[in-house]
Amino acid sequence: MGFEDWIAEPLNWVFLVVGLATVISGFRVVTSPNVVHAALFLVAALAGTAALFLLLAAEFLAWVLVLVYIGAVIVLFLFGIMITRAPTGRDEFHIDHRRRLPALLVSAGLFALLMWGLITQWGDATIDRITAGTPTTVLGEGLLGRFVFPFEVVGFVLLAALVGGITIARRDLSPAEERERESK
Amino acid sequence: MILNQFLILAAILFVMGVYGLLVRRNAVMVLLSVELMLAAVNINLVAMEAFWQTAQALGQILAVFIITVAAAEVGIGLAIILLIFRNRRSANVDELDLMRW
Repeated sequence: MGFEDWIAEPLNWVFLVVGLATVISGFRVVTSPNVVHAALFLVAALAGTAALFLLLAAEFLAWVLVLVYIGAVIVLFLFGIMITRAPTGRDEFHIDHRRRLPALLVSAGLFALLMWGLITQWGDATIDRITAGTPTTVLGEGLLGRFVFPFEVVGFVLLAALVGGITIARRDLSPAEERERESK
Repeated sequence: MILNQFLILAAILFVMGVYGLLVRRNAVMVLLSVELMLAAVNINLVAMEAFWQTAQALGQILAVFIITVAAAEVGIGLAIILLIFRNRRSANVDELDLMRW
């Protein structure tokens, strides 16, 4: 399939725009010197990912991504940034320049390997025209039917993470403070 | 739409995540790069699901699990970073050489 056939399909224009926006925001996530900007660019990259999910007819997953990532995880990150760096300005030591070249080599090598694998394996394989979105019923039946055990395990993991997060991040009072609190 | 356009986009995002993981020194930024890699994996799963079109939407179910575990990972990761920051006054991963010899 040539490029002209490919671009003739209207959905591919959408893909091109969304994909470009996603890649540019992803690039800014890893290069931006300002940590708050990096977190906000991650929002853009994840919004692009959600749009790609919509293109692939995964509506439920797209909105899960928006709610869980953009709604909750990014807020957590912003809290983390706020707490670990009181002055949220530029981070002078944000990138280790000595490590930049090796990191570039590693990622370029990995990318070349992935490209080689993908192109030899999938070539021009086309996704059949998607006529309808994935019904959420299917996902629900899968999660509470065939995958009910992993589902419960994941729920337990979330509970453990919640309890663990509170326990780890809680500040233990010093003995003096504890005595003070008891005397009140 | 061809399958490879999604897979290659996911590969680009994943590789950028690897770059950020190796180059960033602030621990919060390292976690952000990991999130980018997980998003790339999710794109792969959903694209494969659209390609095979399984009756039970297996690829999307797997992506749901990845999103859940990623949320748990961020919570624990940030709690650990918070604790380290409180004890060491720094979130720089290069300075955390306490357990290295």
